[in-house]
Amino acid sequence: MKAPSASPSAPVTSPPRSRLRSLALPALLFVALAILPLAALAASAGYVLDLFTRVMIFSVAALSVDLLIGYAALVTFGQAAFVGIGAYAVGILSSHGITDALVALPVAMTAAGLFALLTGIVCLRTKGVYFIMITLAFGQMAFFTASSLAPYGGDDGLTLADRNTLAGLALFGRPLVFYYVVLAVLIASYALCRSLVASRFGRVLRGTKENALRMTTLGFRVYRFQLVAYVIAGMLSGLAGFLLANATEFVSPAYMSWQRSGELIIMVLLGGIGTLHGAIVGAAAFLLLEEWLAGFTEHWKMIFGPLLVLVVVFVRGGLIGIAAALGRAVARRFGRG
Amino acid sequence: MAEPVLALRDVRKQFGGLVVSDNVTFSVAPGELHAIIGPNGAGKTTLINQISGVLMPDSGTILFGGRDITRLGPPERARLGLARSFQITSVLPGFSALENVALAVQARSGSSFRFFGDAAGETALNEPALAALAEVGLADRAEVPAGHLAHGEKRALELAMALVTEPKLLLLDEPMAGTGREETARLIGVLRRLKGRFAMMLVEHDMTAVFALADRISVLIYGRIMISGTPDEVREDPQVVAAYLGDELE
Ligand SMILES: Nc1ncnc2c1ncn2[C@@H]1O[C@H](COP(=O)(O)OP(=O)(O)OP(=O)(O)O)[C@@H](O)[C@H]1O
Ligand SMILES: [Mg+2]
Repeated sequence: MKAPSASPSAPVTSPPRSRLRSLALPALLFVALAILPLAALAASAGYVLDLFTRVMIFSVAALSVDLLIGYAALVTFGQAAFVGIGAYAVGILSSHGITDALVALPVAMTAAGLFALLTGIVCLRTKGVYFIMITLAFGQMAFFTASSLAPYGGDDGLTLADRNTLAGLALFGRPLVFYYVVLAVLIASYALCRSLVASRFGRVLRGTKENALRMTTLGFRVYRFQLVAYVIAGMLSGLAGFLLANATEFVSPAYMSWQRSGELIIMVLLGGIGTLHGAIVGAAAFLLLEEWLAGFTEHWKMIFGPLLVLVVVFVRGGLIGIAAALGRAVARRFGRG
Repeated sequence: MAEPVLALRDVRKQFGGLVVSDNVTFSVAPGELHAIIGPNGAGKTTLINQISGVLMPDSGTILFGGRDITRLGPPERARLGLARSFQITSVLPGFSALENVALAVQARSGSSFRFFGDAAGETALNEPALAALAEVGLADRAEVPAGHLAHGEKRALELAMALVTEPKLLLLDEPMAGTGREETARLIGVLRRLKGRFAMMLVEHDMTAVFALADRISVLIYGRIMISGTPDEVREDPQVVAAYLGDELE
């Protein structure tokens, strides 16, 4: 019998330095996003502001996908439906003259959360490929429902008269203000997800991803934890939908298409799954690459598709993984010299 | 006599035409270490699966602390105080040894629907976890990912995870399987120290371990309990020796 070498009262938190380092990349990301408008203004390119507003909105949706796939092993192929529901909440309310964010935002998130709860109760009874297919099926259901909403534009979608007001103030109408509102939402969403995955709740999700049978026999009713995670992710996507409707001043069934759900998964894989900030990097890389290639050649999709496949297949850990590997290589070089 | 911790009454389970539990009736008394022995394929793991709720019996009843748990699922049974280990090591490979055990503590202490606060830094979870790791001799391996532990260490880790839930009954499915001679001796020592703290049901092929530890032994052959008795009674039963112990005790 070995003598116990660590006394039970020894502190067992990860050393603060490694925790600081793990927050360095996301912090850098947010600072870059915060100062980007200054550069954009200097170059008087308003479209850069719009583009990055879009990047941040899709980052919020991609975060919710990473929460499910990266931490709970729930491969959701219908996440765009929640984005669409959030967007439609804004559009439908606005078409009835209700244009304040103080109403639209809670309605958007509640509607998405409710849809997540009702569909989650069904989806989470299945596993693996069946889960993927059934989330896809519910996503398509939402898509066709939106397409058939004749009073709200049907297939063509619905144009908003204006962006939402905030407590009566037309703040969202000013691109720079809206940009920073979206940035604040993104940072808050990231902080929420970060806290979630480290909490007791998140540990149960991560444990279920590792070995669900073990978790069950330890006494965890894993279904309940997964359902709560599914609802949280749905609400987060609904939040992204609220922002998206305001950014584009337009809502359409296309927001809910399965291609959009697939793109969200690709963003997460591209950036680096199970890292959270990878979702932001992935959303940025995806949308910027798309933008750049589209300006470059009209056959951009023929380059874009294979390129994504290459990155996802050959770079385990995504772009974040590449960055980390480069960081280690640099550290080794300087460490030696 | 005190009420048994666990009592099985006519538990029957069939896989197709194969009867794997043939009207099994037996009980485990408080504090008792009850060993189940029997040849490969006798239905020992299937029995543990039915007791822990992973499989449902076709008929019969399972009482735990006098309460009928036959239709409860695994989490509900775990919450009543039933812990188990698996024949094929079942830990969370990506979690550190400490986090594996801390998670088991978490299963018993308060709600896990807490969305804020760093679980890895909770002393209320880590202290009992470290104590249990020390108890099974893994104190200095706390930070190692469970997937990187040696086979014997994983078995010890499973034991620590079960311990920390302070079970009323611990089901052990071949804890010594695949461990070396030294590890086996160490695990026997650990189990001996745990004896009496809670009841245990030990399924094991290692007869040295079984006869060193068991208060009572049941012999399971083709899903049927052939005999239940003290180690001496079982050792001397001619039927058992003929059917099973003959080769095992060589
Ligand atoms: N899910 C299942 N479906 C069909 N047959 C099964 C199933 N599980 C086990 N069996 C069969 O039931 C019989 C008993 O299996 P079990 O695993 O309970 O035996 P065991 O006594 O634990 O054996 P061992 O000592 O090898 O671990 C075996 O013949 C096995 O092949
Ligand atoms: Mg077995």
